[in-house]
Amino acid sequence: MTVSQWELPPELCCRPMAFVALTGLDVVYNAVHRAIWDAFCANRRADRVPISFKVLPGDHEYPKCRTKRTSYEWYIPKGILKTGWMNKHLNLVPALVVLFYELDWDDPQWKEKQSECATKVEIVRTSLQGRNTKVAVVLIQKKTPLPPGEDLVASERAAALCNACDLSGKSLFVLPHTDHLVGYIIRLENAFYEHAQTYYYTEIRRVKSHKEFLNKTTHQLLFVRHQFKIAFFSELKQDTQNALKYYRTAYSLVHELRSHETNMLEIKTMSGFINYKICRLCFQHNTPLDAIAQFRKHIDLCKKKIGSAELSFEHAAWMSKQFQSFGDLFDEAIKLGLTAIQTQNPGFYYQQAACFSQERKQLAQQLCQAAVNYPSPDPLDTQSGGLDFYGQRPWRQGHQSIDPPDGEKEKTGILALQNKEIDVAHSELIIALLSNAVAQFKKYKCPRMKSHLMVQMGEEYYHAKDYTKALKLLDYVMCDYRTERWWGLLTAILITALRCAYLMASVKDYIIYCMELLGRASTLKEEQKGRIEKNFFKVLMNEVPDPEPDCDPSSVAVARSLWNDCIALAASNEFTIEVQDYIPFIQCKAKFCSPSFHIDQPIQLQVFLRADCPHPVPLNKLAISLSNQEYNQWCVVESLAQETMSLLPRATKCFNFRFVAKSEDVGKKIEVSIEVMLGRDNGRCVFLTWRGAGGDIASHHEALQATRSSRRWGRGFEMRPELDWDSLLIQHSTMIISRLPKLSVQLSHQPPALIHELYRISVTIESQEEGVAKDVTLTAGLKPGQDAILGQSTHVTLDGTKVCDDTTLALLPDVPLGDLNSGTKLERSVYVRCRSTGPRVFLFHVAYSIDTTVEGQQIVCKCHKVENVVTSLAQVSLLWMSLFEPLDQVAIDIPFMLMTDIFSTSPWPLVLASSCLQLLTMTSNTPQLQSQLEEVVLQTGECASECFCLRCPPLTNSNNTVATGQYLISWRRKPSNAGSPLIQTTVTLPHVILESVPLYIHADLPSFGRVRESLPVLYYIENRTALVQEVDMAVEPSDAFMFSGLKQVRLRILPGSEQRMLYNYYPLMAGYQTLPQLNISLPRCPTTNTHTLRRFLPQRIFVKVMCTDMHRHTPQSVLCECEGVKCAFLCPQPQGRQLDDISIAAA
Amino acid sequence: MAVCIAVIAKEVTVPTQNKLKFHYTVHTSLDVVEEKVSTVGKSLGDQRELYLGLLYPTEDYKVYGYVTNSKVKFVIVVDSSNTSLRDNEIRSMFRKLHNSFTDVMCNPFHNPGDPIQSKAFDGIVSGMMVQTG
Repeated sequence: MTVSQWELPPELCCRPMAFVALTGLDVVYNAVHRAIWDAFCANRRADRVPISFKVLPGDHEYPKCRTKRTSYEWYIPKGILKTGWMNKHLNLVPALVVLFYELDWDDPQWKEKQSECATKVEIVRTSLQGRNTKVAVVLIQKKTPLPPGEDLVASERAAALCNACDLSGKSLFVLPHTDHLVGYIIRLENAFYEHAQTYYYTEIRRVKSHKEFLNKTTHQLLFVRHQFKIAFFSELKQDTQNALKYYRTAYSLVHELRSHETNMLEIKTMSGFINYKICRLCFQHNTPLDAIAQFRKHIDLCKKKIGSAELSFEHAAWMSKQFQSFGDLFDEAIKLGLTAIQTQNPGFYYQQAACFSQERKQLAQQLCQAAVNYPSPDPLDTQSGGLDFYGQRPWRQGHQSIDPPDGEKEKTGILALQNKEIDVAHSELIIALLSNAVAQFKKYKCPRMKSHLMVQMGEEYYHAKDYTKALKLLDYVMCDYRTERWWGLLTAILITALRCAYLMASVKDYIIYCMELLGRASTLKEEQKGRIEKNFFKVLMNEVPDPEPDCDPSSVAVARSLWNDCIALAASNEFTIEVQDYIPFIQCKAKFCSPSFHIDQPIQLQVFLRADCPHPVPLNKLAISLSNQEYNQWCVVESLAQETMSLLPRATKCFNFRFVAKSEDVGKKIEVSIEVMLGRDNGRCVFLTWRGAGGDIASHHEALQATRSSRRWGRGFEMRPELDWDSLLIQHSTMIISRLPKLSVQLSHQPPALIHELYRISVTIESQEEGVAKDVTLTAGLKPGQDAILGQSTHVTLDGTKVCDDTTLALLPDVPLGDLNSGTKLERSVYVRCRSTGPRVFLFHVAYSIDTTVEGQQIVCKCHKVENVVTSLAQVSLLWMSLFEPLDQVAIDIPFMLMTDIFSTSPWPLVLASSCLQLLTMTSNTPQLQSQLEEVVLQTGECASECFCLRCPPLTNSNNTVATGQYLISWRRKPSNAGSPLIQTTVTLPHVILESVPLYIHADLPSFGRVRESLPVLYYIENRTALVQEVDMAVEPSDAFMFSGLKQVRLRILPGSEQRMLYNYYPLMAGYQTLPQLNISLPRCPTTNTHTLRRFLPQRIFVKVMCTDMHRHTPQSVLCECEGVKCAFLCPQPQGRQLDDISIAAA
Repeated sequence: MAVCIAVIAKEVTVPTQNKLKFHYTVHTSLDVVEEKVSTVGKSLGDQRELYLGLLYPTEDYKVYGYVTNSKVKFVIVVDSSNTSLRDNEIRSMFRKLHNSFTDVMCNPFHNPGDPIQSKAFDGIVSGMMVQTG
């Protein structure tokens, strides 16, 4: 027997399809037949009916049908299911035989052909003697048939043919060989399918009919067989629901069979088959839970049916196969769209299959040791070369009673089976199943399960003596267990790994696993550790280590010779192992005593080592490598020939190192990595290296735990003088920083600084150094890193005598100040000018160099002293523009007033030296503009104002906004010494909007009037346009004045000329009085009206009371010139109404 | 009764029968615990049921899980053939274990994260375990 004994037969695993045989087709030589056959075979997709076609010759011999049994009374069945039965019905006995025959309805030799066809049908019928197989005839015709009923010849001849062949009309088909071949074929096969279903239906009926002849005592096997057959036929009929039902009955019947040792295998084999079918159909019906439940039931029922104890490995093999095939079914269903979950996926079944395979291997090892000689003659040899029934023993086929017929035969048979089992490659089977399971668990998010299975795979490879693969797998998963800190599991894996490494004499791996097994993560007992440690040192001494316990003796012998080869080999005796990722038995922690050292201090480094193994470890060398290689020479400890350094178990050893840093390393970080050398140069050397100051995978967590417990108990380090390893903290790097300066820098200034001011900051540097501070340099200015705009608006200079310009830098770098003796002082002033407000940080940085000695070494130190100053700036001036009342527009060529207000926000009193106006387009209305603010002192919050009368000359261009000019103010702080330069602040005056007026009117009137005293007012009306302007002018009456003059008049003014209008006002009341309103309108220029013109005229006048009695009542005559019309009139009464009447009359 | 009880407080396993197989079983069961805790945590927030129920059945054992609010995991492994233990009994076993564990944590001399050394706890645990000869 072979391994495949346990495989399920392919005819069981396939999907049963109706079998239809096609005869009369010559697919080799006849192209038409070939095309027909191809149309049947090609493109059998899911939408086509499930039929398996076969081309058979017309005279094919079908399996003979046995004579029908008339009575079951004396029949004793020999087994449950014949091995050939399924295949017979899938591939040998057709449900329908189709005869293809080329014949057209109008064939000239119709008679002859008809009888030939009938003969062929007869031949087929004869070879199917006794079967219910249907026969059908297909006529291949060259002509396209007419619609049914129209071709009378056809229907007549068809009936004749049916008669001749003894066919029903439904079994005769016509296949016109035209363009639509595939369409005809599909219709044909649907018809075939119906016939096939009828056939299987009758078969089911036939099997069912046997039932009444059976009795329960002798025909139990037949009950199972018949149910299975019915189910199988149902499947062929594609009636899967009923098939499932019959399989289920068959399943329960198979377990009702009396089971004993001799038929156990048969029962299990059959129940396995039926179970497979049930599960398969359940998955197909999309009821996976039913499938799982059936499978569980199956396993529970069969788990204990071990059978013969000598062959118990067979049971394990069978169980394994059950799980594996269920896993396969499950996986297949998932591929077809089923969703599995984490706790229910095919992986579990593969895993269990692997489990049973492992069991099989163990049982095989136990049971098969004795079976060395294969018995002769071969008891497994059968005459036919195979078995008649599934699951029977070759040496007693068909035997169904409880006891074996021949005890001796039984023994040799078992011996032969055991002997065969020895040759089975169990490990391969197990590994294949495990890797299947791994793939599944990976898919369903079970990393730990995956690791566990990989460990099992590794162990299996170890058993299969494939140590390289074993180590690869084990190495891979060890990381996971290490990071999850499952030390028990890690130790178990390490032990296997160590065995592998020993057996393949892989020195480096052996050393690594020893190291870890000796370490604190290992859960081994002391004596085991002691043994491993001994081996470890043997390897270091270049000797052969003792074999690991529980190793196969033959492999040990091989390993010994491998080790001897290793020793003979002189090369490769040095190993460097990065132990960071392991948990080695030597722990290491390094710390710099401080996170930073000044260059004039020696750097102190402490390295702690600790061994976790049971015996002292001799240590050959401890070397530290630092990021600057030059320091390494100071940090080496080597054991001398006489006395070796050694680490005592669980004791911490501390090594202290001191060295002086080089001055070029100032500002650099020094990092450390550690190397420990074990073993001797003459033996093997192992270098353990720790990147970044020691520690390993576990130490981080240990340190955390240690801090937790010390916090909890309030135990500090000072209370525990002995070193607590876990609470030692690693300091893996240190900064080298420059020497502390012994120099004081003092700054004095009077904040805030004012805008544009040359602000003085005086710097005093005093040396407290013992030696001479050489090459003192000062860097002063705006601290870099502030807003970029500040850099542009800030200027720093050393020259305080003149105001610096905008080209000056914001930072003065490295101003040399010479040498500075011990105890002396140096003073400098730095001037700062800012063009905008806001806080600024200034940097004053003094650098110098000094010679000094540290531990006998000369070094040059560069020292720095940094001071920062923050200043804020005050605002200086504000500006207004007005003609007593604010103007929004300036009329061209009409004088206006400009008024400036200087408002001091400075906390210091300011002296205004002078001010001046630099005009651009405007011209002064007065001969010279003289400053009115010379030597004025402004206190905080005070305001100084100036007033200028200006005029805007007529412009050539049509721009209506123009620049006015600039206002310059020269000033300085009041308390400052006179030598300090004047500061000139320039204020750009705002642009003004210009307007041109067509008509300008201004009045000439005294500065005040007196009650009842004549007040002459002369109005000038100028036409500024190039056209003659018509002007309507009227004076409104006022309660405060009487007046004489033209009350209402229309004038014409020539271009560029001026019209004067004289009015004599006669004030009636004292105080500020509103002058009588002058209404002017230009009919040709409606935009210019009274309102726009009135602003040129004074609105009010102050009227004084008469000092003497002013009861004179002298009428005054006023001469009015008005377009050549001369008229004089009197104003006898102050009544306005009368005056109105008069003026109307005059007009 | 249980054949294996494990307490996984982020790192430590306590009293199991010192068998590698149980270590593996418990360790692999954490896959399911992790998945269950993460999916339940999303949907229900704080109202999480501590008892996770049957994690997964193997051929030989049934593995039950329980996770406290502070993510301490309890795992109880029961022989598959043991049908006397119902879900409710397992639940009450976990509750008992949790109470006892809380007592251990309340001990001011216990440092969380260290292996549990408590006679009372050991007593409770061995009371739940199958007594093998």
